[in-house]
Amino acid sequence: MEGSSAEAALSVSANSIRITDVTQDGDVLTFAIASQKLNSSAGVCVFRMYEDFDWLQQSLFSEENLPGLQGIIFPPLPSKALPSQSNTQTKALKQLGFLALGQDWQSYCKALEFYLQQVAAHPTLCKCKALDSFLINSESPGKQRGRKGIFNRLSQAVEEMRKESHKDVDNFFQNERNKNTNLAASSKVATEKLLDVVMTEQKLAVACGHFATSLHLCVNQDDAAAVAFSKVCLKLSDVIEAVKRNYEKVASNNLSTLGLGLDLESRYQESEKEMLFRRTCKLIELETVRKGTEKAKANKREVMEAFQKAVEKEFNLISSVAKQEIERFHSSRVKVLKTFLIGWCELQLNTAKEFAELYSQHLEACRNMYSE
Amino acid sequence: MAASSERSPPPFPDSEEPELLEDSDDGADAFTGTSISQMDSPKDIFSEPPEDISSDPLSNINSDPQKKVDAKIPSPSSDEADLFSEPLDDDSKVMSSPEVQNPLPDLLNEPVEAPKSGVLGEPPVHKSSSVKKAASAEMFGDDDDEEDLFKEPPKVVTKKPQPSGPAVDVFTEVKVKPPVPKPSASSSSSSRTNGVHSEEQDLFSEATVELSLDSPRNDRKKDAVKPSVSAPAAPEASSSSRAPSKTLEELEEEESEDKFDLNISVTNPEKVGDGMNAYMAYKVSTQTSLTMFRSKTFTVRRRFSDFLGLFEKLSEKHSQNGYIVPPAPEKSILGMTKVKVGKEDPSSAEFVERRRAALERYLQRVVSHPSLLQDPDVREFLEKEELPRAVSTQTLSGAGFLKMLNKATDAVSKMTIKMNEQDVWFDEKIQDVENEEQHLRKLHVMVESLVNHRKELSGNTALFAKSVAMLGSSEDNTALSRALSQLAEVEDRIEQLQQEQASNDFFTFSELLADYIRLLGAVRGCFDQRMKAWQRWQDAENMLQKKREAEAKLLWANKPDKLQQAKDEIAEWEAKVTQYEREFERISATVRKEVIRFDKEKARDFKRQIIKYLESVLHSQQQMIKYWEAFLPEAKAIA
Repeated sequence: MEGSSAEAALSVSANSIRITDVTQDGDVLTFAIASQKLNSSAGVCVFRMYEDFDWLQQSLFSEENLPGLQGIIFPPLPSKALPSQSNTQTKALKQLGFLALGQDWQSYCKALEFYLQQVAAHPTLCKCKALDSFLINSESPGKQRGRKGIFNRLSQAVEEMRKESHKDVDNFFQNERNKNTNLAASSKVATEKLLDVVMTEQKLAVACGHFATSLHLCVNQDDAAAVAFSKVCLKLSDVIEAVKRNYEKVASNNLSTLGLGLDLESRYQESEKEMLFRRTCKLIELETVRKGTEKAKANKREVMEAFQKAVEKEFNLISSVAKQEIERFHSSRVKVLKTFLIGWCELQLNTAKEFAELYSQHLEACRNMYSE
Repeated sequence: MAASSERSPPPFPDSEEPELLEDSDDGADAFTGTSISQMDSPKDIFSEPPEDISSDPLSNINSDPQKKVDAKIPSPSSDEADLFSEPLDDDSKVMSSPEVQNPLPDLLNEPVEAPKSGVLGEPPVHKSSSVKKAASAEMFGDDDDEEDLFKEPPKVVTKKPQPSGPAVDVFTEVKVKPPVPKPSASSSSSSRTNGVHSEEQDLFSEATVELSLDSPRNDRKKDAVKPSVSAPAAPEASSSSRAPSKTLEELEEEESEDKFDLNISVTNPEKVGDGMNAYMAYKVSTQTSLTMFRSKTFTVRRRFSDFLGLFEKLSEKHSQNGYIVPPAPEKSILGMTKVKVGKEDPSSAEFVERRRAALERYLQRVVSHPSLLQDPDVREFLEKEELPRAVSTQTLSGAGFLKMLNKATDAVSKMTIKMNEQDVWFDEKIQDVENEEQHLRKLHVMVESLVNHRKELSGNTALFAKSVAMLGSSEDNTALSRALSQLAEVEDRIEQLQQEQASNDFFTFSELLADYIRLLGAVRGCFDQRMKAWQRWQDAENMLQKKREAEAKLLWANKPDKLQQAKDEIAEWEAKVTQYEREFERISATVRKEVIRFDKEKARDFKRQIIKYLESVLHSQQQMIKYWEAFLPEAKAIA
């Protein structure tokens, strides 16, 4: 896919793409996207809204002159965030999962950033003009509406479900489909369970906060014994505050590393699923055409055969692109998960050390104060 | 003498204790950590302090051992002090004490001969003290210490006599007075008191030293008193030396500082019987050296109603005198029914554990109350093989109904009594108590919510661990798969930690708060008793007034035959008034004393619990660190 091609390569470096800021105006989020130009040290900064991201994705889906487009595993775009006041947290959680948590849409921006980086790093997709114009043009491209390309959402119609379980002709692909089904399900569940853990950690932190403040109620300076007891209560309050901060940190660590990682993994598995489904549909089409050709009467046969050949060619192209995509996907997702796991472990380790130190100081102080 | 110049000689016990008390806190920082953690093993004190001392800078040593010992076993330390103070001017005296003689002869002779053999630093001083401790410890049956410590006599010896000033206070702090040689030792100490002390008193009277003087002050008072007291068995059973000749202040000091040598544990809940007649029997084990018990360790089996029966008896006898009788753990029909029916699920196991812990705390509170401990019912409860079944504790019995009625009438009468409070302390105190009860209830609710969240977190972590395990098993890449299953294991272990934390929160705080809410109820009860006593007194006064009026009427109506009766009645009521007034004063004094003791206990209890909590939280955190450190290489190994 490298080498001369009709489309120009991306003019900015994929790694330098960053979402540096996000502003909220009522219902609308505006993202500031910065990137570094490849052939100069100049940077570019543009402002985009979710509609622009959507436009980009649709443009990628409907890219012409890309053979075997249907075999590409498209980087998944996060759903649209609805920051309106009427949107309660539960709704946001259902819609966005982990991306709804975190301060000031940090996680959401990170996810969008990943999306752009992955599109830019994709050997084929990076050449799409749409990406370049998205990243560089000061004019937001969202006003133009491209045509809807290949469908990108599995509908729940019974017919689609049946197609999904259609047996494959190729072992490689059958295996991949099975694995993908398992992985997609497991990673979705793991993401949800981690989300539950993080929510509980946050609730625990809030409860600690309440307890810590209530301890201040017990302060009473009437006599020596009361003063002693008050001191004890205040000390306990400090300790519980520390516990609260501990849980807040642990929750935010979970969120910013493993949470994001599992969320990304889960969405990518869905994307692979869609690609495999597209190929399966093509396979079914091919088989249907073959059957039709066999049954065709002599006069229609040549036409049918020509048609069949075209479909076969398409199918083979899709399959070969898919194979490459699958291999690329496998190696990159392992790398990505590794990075997230290491980052998560290191963060949690540091937090644990930091708080062990803090607790140890509190313990020392208590023992000194209370050595009667 | 570097040593003595660095450390100003310690003042004598009778002077400047209050200031020194505060100083001691500052000076003992280095050691208090270890000392408190060693709170539970008196014997360890003898083996550990020396090592600690020797490793520490000079400036701390003076105060530290004293502080440590102070925190742990004041009375043993007092005895040692006697031993060590003796050689200062009269080693032979120490020699004369039979037990001390054998282990110490060589050591004690040399120090006297080599008064200034150079500054060896504090450690040798304390080594000798530890040697002496070993000597005295020997009397208490601790032979091992002795041998180890005696290996270092040379060092010890040379330094010992040098800082005679500090040595006095170090040794006096740390000494344990052996029972047998006491007469001679005490006599020598008193003679020393006469001779040396007066000198030292002059030297030390202006000294300021970072010392905790609780123990020494106590010890020296005890020294003064001890000669007249016959020693109890092991000095470690310090609390048992409540000789009648001690003054009330000393008794109170002892109560607050001595370590109780009465350990009670409630263990081994076992189901006895079947069906609805089944009950849980608990093993109540007592370990003590108090002389009022028949033996040193004994075990009995008790059931829950026995505990309630004990409470009933104590309450009947003592609460009307203004004592705060610790309330027994609450009944729980639901919990017990589950147990009776034989449901073997975690919630009934949790219930039994909770009750067992509550019963243990209840007994510990009862025995730590000095007056209640003297009650024969308590002794009987701990010692007697079989107790008669306490039927009056059943809710649905005749006695139960009677109790409910009494409670109701009490409540009504409380509302109608309007006490004319002379002492504003009581007014303020009852207000404080009521406020505090409110606050504690609020706190209790918070802690319960905290415990629930922790349980929820533990559940969610377990689910997450399972989902990660599934993810790992679906994974093709071996390194990633292995890392994920490792992660699942880490999360499982974290879940264990979280469960422990939940139960830690629960027992450390939730149960503590619940206990104190009930205790505050008992405190309010004793204030009510005082009010009743006041009412009785007032009623008697009114009656007396009436009788006097009746007498006056009779006089005026001139009926001499009834006059004698009237005079008799007046005398009778006068006596009653005096009696009730005295009772009221007595109750007021008791209530006051009880509340002060209660407040101190409460602060101490909470302090202990915070430290316990912090220790457990710290431990969890350290475990987490281990888990994360183990996982990191696995994550890095993913290829």
